[in-house]
Amino acid sequence: MNYNWNWGIFWEPSPEGAGTYFDMLLSGLNWTLATAALAWVLALILGSIIGVLRTLPSKPANRFATAYVEFFRNIPILVQLFLWFFVLPELLPQAAGLWLKQLPNAAFWTAAVGIGFYMSARVAEQLRAGINALPRGQSMAARALGLTTAQTYIYVLLPMAYRIILPPLTSEFLNTIKNTAVALTIGLLELTGRARSMQEFSFQVFEAFTAATILYLLVNAVVVVVMRFIERRVAVPGYITGK
Amino acid sequence: MFSNIDLDVIWQSLPYLFLDGMRFTLMLTAMATAGGIVLGTLLAMMRLSGLPVLPQIAAGYTNFMRSLPLVLVIFWFYFLIPYVGQWITGASRPISVGAFMSALVTFTLFEAAYFSEIMRAGIQSIPRGQVAAGYALGLTYWQVMGNIVLPQAFRNMLPVLLTQTIILFQDTSLVYVLSITDFLGAASKVAQRDGRLVEMYLFAALVYFVMSYAASRFVKRLQARVAVIR
Repeated sequence: MNYNWNWGIFWEPSPEGAGTYFDMLLSGLNWTLATAALAWVLALILGSIIGVLRTLPSKPANRFATAYVEFFRNIPILVQLFLWFFVLPELLPQAAGLWLKQLPNAAFWTAAVGIGFYMSARVAEQLRAGINALPRGQSMAARALGLTTAQTYIYVLLPMAYRIILPPLTSEFLNTIKNTAVALTIGLLELTGRARSMQEFSFQVFEAFTAATILYLLVNAVVVVVMRFIERRVAVPGYITGK
Repeated sequence: MFSNIDLDVIWQSLPYLFLDGMRFTLMLTAMATAGGIVLGTLLAMMRLSGLPVLPQIAAGYTNFMRSLPLVLVIFWFYFLIPYVGQWITGASRPISVGAFMSALVTFTLFEAAYFSEIMRAGIQSIPRGQVAAGYALGLTYWQVMGNIVLPQAFRNMLPVLLTQTIILFQDTSLVYVLSITDFLGAASKVAQRDGRLVEMYLFAALVYFVMSYAASRFVKRLQARVAVIR
């Protein structure tokens, strides 16, 4: 391979003036993590609401939640981001659209909201599966004790359901982190985007992508270790993953 | 807000969108699925082979691919394939491969990691006694796999494999980052040429939605039909 390797490239100043190429990648990692964190909070909140709606014994609630999940699952994430970024401001009343377009860090907010909604449909499906995995007797017993529907969910069903779905939620969180890379298309300066611009500035393709790859693997490893720890902490003794 | 929507721009660009764009998307989806399932099945067989080293290689490959964003992998292969091609063919300079070849190799290798996890579950769902019975009859490893295990594993996993194909179909839109004219790429080119982002992106979303939704309904019906009654 006649490729000029230059691993020292990371310590050379980037043409943006502020710091080295390495700093540039780290700032990309920062944006990746910030976007993923905000998107994940949104996905958990929305996903929990929709997931519960899908298991309620109410036809309209079911139908709404099903439509929500199908909508966000059947359109590619990239197209969804374009809808949020390019289409939504045009369809809003003019003042609101203008405000959206002029928002500082518009790409960041759009990416976080867009990926948040996209992932919320997946979280909802996991939560529904978790709730349905519980024996029917549990909700019936809660009923018999005189708990309301809300109380049944808060005190009986959800605490167990969340524990059951913790492993799949871990992979959905990892997917959230990976999906932030798509946001480079709307101009978010996240890790993959920064590796790409480093390649364009310096022509050191493989060094740039190797560094980004290693950073993604590190983030993955940290998330997996932390989640295993949480899984062990919240396990119910004698039940499912408990010892 | 909807007052200046222009549907004519969609009508005019339909041939380009579907004959150029959608054809690329569907060809890429079909060929990457076929390649991905073949490679994924081999990876799953390696992983479950019980031989030294092979399971570790397969597991390492699968976990590595599944830890990376697809966009990053697309960039990796886009730049890497010319050098690998040069190394294989012994050419004097990096060879150029077309956009389609580059995308096809990328998606085949990337999705193989996901297909291999599905096939691993499928192979593991076959009772061990069947494998033992096959060996007891004097069949070789490849005969046991080809005649007993894999046909059943495919059947059991068919709905999941097809669901993964729908995901792959949606994922192909990411070749946009290489400015390739897939369906979304075509829509985006028209959108930028005519300044009609709203119409084109809404239309693209609608087409993706209808196709994915119809496919997922089909998979659901299929699931009920192919389920083996035990």
